[in-house]
Amino acid sequence: MSLTRKTAAELGELIASREVSAEQVAQAHLDRIAEVDGKVTAFLHVDAERALAQARAVDERIAKGERLGPLAGVPIAHKDVFTTADMPTTAGSKILEGWRPPYDATVTRRLREAGLVILGKTNLDEFAMGSSTENSAYGPSHNPWDLTRIPGGSSGGSSAAVAAYEAPLSTGTDTGGSIRQPAAVTGIVGMKPTYGGSSRYGLIAFASSLDTPGPFARNVLDAALLQEAFSGHDQLDSTSIDAPVPPVVEAARQADVAGLRIGVVKEFAGDGYQPGVLARFNETVELLESLGAKVVEVSCPTFAYALPAYYLIAPSECSSNLARFDAMRYGLRVGDDGTRSAEEVMALTRAAGFGPEVKRRIMLGTYALSSGYYDAYYGQAQKVRTLISRDFEAAYHQVDVLISPTTPTTAFPIGERADDPMAMYLADLCTIPSNLAGNAAISVPCGLADEDGLPVGLQIMAPVLGDDRCYRVGAAVEKALNDRWGGPLLSQAPAL
Amino acid sequence: MSAITRDEVAHLARLSRLALDEEELDHFAAQLDQIVGAVARVAEVAAGDIPPSSHALPLTNVFRPDEIRPSLTPDQALSGAPAVEEDRFRVPRILGEEA
Repeated sequence: MSLTRKTAAELGELIASREVSAEQVAQAHLDRIAEVDGKVTAFLHVDAERALAQARAVDERIAKGERLGPLAGVPIAHKDVFTTADMPTTAGSKILEGWRPPYDATVTRRLREAGLVILGKTNLDEFAMGSSTENSAYGPSHNPWDLTRIPGGSSGGSSAAVAAYEAPLSTGTDTGGSIRQPAAVTGIVGMKPTYGGSSRYGLIAFASSLDTPGPFARNVLDAALLQEAFSGHDQLDSTSIDAPVPPVVEAARQADVAGLRIGVVKEFAGDGYQPGVLARFNETVELLESLGAKVVEVSCPTFAYALPAYYLIAPSECSSNLARFDAMRYGLRVGDDGTRSAEEVMALTRAAGFGPEVKRRIMLGTYALSSGYYDAYYGQAQKVRTLISRDFEAAYHQVDVLISPTTPTTAFPIGERADDPMAMYLADLCTIPSNLAGNAAISVPCGLADEDGLPVGLQIMAPVLGDDRCYRVGAAVEKALNDRWGGPLLSQAPAL
Repeated sequence: MSAITRDEVAHLARLSRLALDEEELDHFAAQLDQIVGAVARVAEVAAGDIPPSSHALPLTNVFRPDEIRPSLTPDQALSGAPAVEEDRFRVPRILGEEA
């Protein structure tokens, strides 16, 4: 079996036991990138030499008898929104083209400490704003199931890289669904950890009260191993939770739902949901019952207002965060001809350096925060946020986890929603509430829609620091469905 | 009635330090009108006495010991600057001609 088809856990064991070298594993994935990334365009930057050097360093440490972590020597694709001191970091924006950060993000540092081999940086919607990667200033990535369709977003380069076997693992960030939605539409696993469970230090900020780094993998256990590798308290992030990482790896191995109470969110169905998505979801509900879970319907009435509340809160935070791109200290500077003032240079630079979606959100946020509108928009959205958290709390009195489809539809064609912002925003309908409440949530594959043969995701949501419940239920569903399918869903994807 | 006018969008662009051209203003005015109209639905929620949440989780101030630690060198800090002069960021003029 080709090294690129193996799981991260298997690769880690093969490397630790010296059956294969980390260098061979890195080379196999670099070869795969060379073979298919011209079609998929998952990567913005690949550094083959540096990846091989990192891999050789792991091999040397293992040869000396050092005991490293379970992912030592395993390759990873890293979302280009985390700073990396040895590679460019663009956030998918022209305003940061060619920028070399002077420091590593905490997630980057922890990947290195765990011995993971960073192959390169992956494409994303500019500043992680979008659901398709079409907002990247460097062009879209393509869904390996159908190259004419989107791989989801904003972390679409990371989902495409893993689904195309260019890397067994990748990192993402999830502000409104930017890990779970790309995972769902490419048939892989993506997890949004509890807010504050993974550090935002060195993550280029979009909406600071929502942004959460998390893992992508082709199976639930691999995702848990990666989450464990980069999570935990960080003194450099004031919102980092000072508590042990939930037992995610143990939960992924447990893979059992007997006696668990599972709630189906009533509000996540109806108009706008593709029939094939609902069919696969309803079958998965029956499967969970057959595995011994007690499934009930629960109502979260304020979830109907999560999308409008999010599109006030996230743009408000973005308009403030992106003020740092001022053409003075780093990044692009346009129009500095000696006659123009700093303010003029700033406005020209931002107009030239930001794409349309970023401009829309900055202006929307500026509007929601401006005097006269603040109470009606931002203030009211913050109150709705409180009510959404209360809906979750009430639901978790009745059940251990909540489930829903991850997305209302399968992957849509590239171009279909590119200039229709409201249509694009609907892709995050089911994922946004967990961000507003800071909860944990995972997406695992649950089948292919009949209409188009494209992957459907099951979302499993759990309370704050209940990340292990997501993995436990996700692994149980994965095990039962893989038995039914005779292997992972992704093995049904057409060859590239 | 539109939720947001073209003049308001031009004002927002100025506040946002975005030098947009006329065509962009027309395009964004139509789109922002649609988006503001959609997000205004939050007003339907009866939330008069509900406390607002700026964050999902309770925040507490975080302090660290006041100790000198290694930090970026001037060269590192200036490494991405568009223009540098004498170990400083060189910026366009920030005061008017009369100043």
